[in-house]
Amino acid sequence: MNPLVLWFHKLGSPPYFYRFAGRWIPWLYTVALVAAAFGFYGALFTAPADYQQGDSFRIMYVHVPCAWMGLFAYLFMAANGFIALVWRIKLSETLAMASAPVGAAFTFITLVTGSLWGKPTWGTWWTWDARLTSELVLLFLYFGVIGLYHAIEDRRQAARAAAFLALVGVVNLPIVHYSVIWWNTLHQGQTVSLIGPSKIAPSMLWPLLTLAFATHIFFFASLFARARVALLELESGKEWVRALLPVTETSHD
Amino acid sequence: MKPGSTSAACLALLRRDLTLVWRRRGDALNPLLFAIIVVALFPFALGPETTVLARVAAGTIFVAVLLAMLLSLDALFRSDLEDGSLEQLVVSPHPLALLLGCKIFIHWLTTALPLIIIAPLLAQLLQLPPQVLPVLLTALALATPLLSLIGAVCVALTVGMRRSGMLLTLLVLPLIVPALIFGAGACNAAQDGFAHAAPLLWLAAWLVLSIIVAPLAAAAALKISLS
Amino acid sequence: MTDFFAMHGYAAYVWSAYAVFAIVLFADAIAPVFARRRILHDIAARARRAASRKSS
Repeated sequence: MNPLVLWFHKLGSPPYFYRFAGRWIPWLYTVALVAAAFGFYGALFTAPADYQQGDSFRIMYVHVPCAWMGLFAYLFMAANGFIALVWRIKLSETLAMASAPVGAAFTFITLVTGSLWGKPTWGTWWTWDARLTSELVLLFLYFGVIGLYHAIEDRRQAARAAAFLALVGVVNLPIVHYSVIWWNTLHQGQTVSLIGPSKIAPSMLWPLLTLAFATHIFFFASLFARARVALLELESGKEWVRALLPVTETSHD
Repeated sequence: MKPGSTSAACLALLRRDLTLVWRRRGDALNPLLFAIIVVALFPFALGPETTVLARVAAGTIFVAVLLAMLLSLDALFRSDLEDGSLEQLVVSPHPLALLLGCKIFIHWLTTALPLIIIAPLLAQLLQLPPQVLPVLLTALALATPLLSLIGAVCVALTVGMRRSGMLLTLLVLPLIVPALIFGAGACNAAQDGFAHAAPLLWLAAWLVLSIIVAPLAAAAALKISLS
Repeated sequence: MTDFFAMHGYAAYVWSAYAVFAIVLFADAIAPVFARRRILHDIAARARRAASRKSS
């Protein structure tokens, strides 16, 4: 077999993934931290203040990467949910459910920082701007997935049901998004768009991309850590988990 | 024993579900009562001025109808799960999606249709301008099947849970947001004298998609929940 | 330096946004550490109970 395919098959086995993720987590956190430090340096020191919004635009550097990650985590969850439902791979179930809390955290940050940005820019903490509203619906979808996962007793069945819900959500998400845009323009016309698509200067752009990179790496670090915990719980009766325990009187028999 | 034809199975299921609803017709009236109470509460909160009420009438009726349907959605599969007939549906030789489609249709017929029939009364209570009423009824006729269909997928996922009410609301509401936006939006546009065909057509398109996909999704979800 | 922290009058918004970012992600990062400790503890306790049942 092709070595890459072989490695992929091996990765699907819980003990192998547990060791693999354990090796990578410290590195991923380190890379994320260093990249975030660079990004923050650029965001707070080298990027010039925006001519319209002054220094308040610096909130963009935490707001926008988190908004991207909220969506990315949802798509990652849905993709893994699809794999879990079609090929019944246990690891995909675990990864799908592990990405839900991380994605919800990113979406929550997006909403709070968006609100903190809106106050000085729009003069209000909350406005039913199309993007903010979609983001709120996304947060509710995350809550639904997490709530369903925790409401079902059997862990694997819970993961499969919640993964299915994530898939239903991903089909519905474009409909929600475009309906919200239509609704918003009907009522108050186009709101001031926060970042112009192309008029952002390079000195303002590179910290944004660096922070986006940092949040992606952070997502995978946190995902791996959560998946490791979930696998331990799922496989608590298996031999490889018992081998991890510190040597106690149990091992005397 | 040789199984009967699929159409015979669907007909039998339709007749059985209708009989069950008829035997407990008092319960079937609950959503109606709920919608009327919600709508009747709004004038107390907003004041009796005709202009204020007319402004929010369509949206209020939409929210009241959707909440009333959500109330009855919880019980969609409950009695079938308790008496074991849900498992019978799953193991039957007929396509499960089709059978669930019949059940969803009965749910729509027994909860949404009465709500649509009393919608003119609700509209009168809230002083909705008469020329908006046809738009409201069309929008309700398109949006309520969507709630039955999408709701059924979510109910299938929570089936067998002891207390699923709040969770079900959490699952359904974000998915149903577009129905509210398009439905109530069409009414508001008609009220302001704007074109209102586009949102209704969007609703219709989404409904056609859901009629095809949702029963299949509900069947898949039910198989996950009962596995 | 004070100028930098003042953010031209936007300090409260900018710094609280960065603080929310840092606090939420920090909480997200340490949650699995505690969960892992609790689960390993649970598994060890279960194994100990099973062993004592076998020996008695």
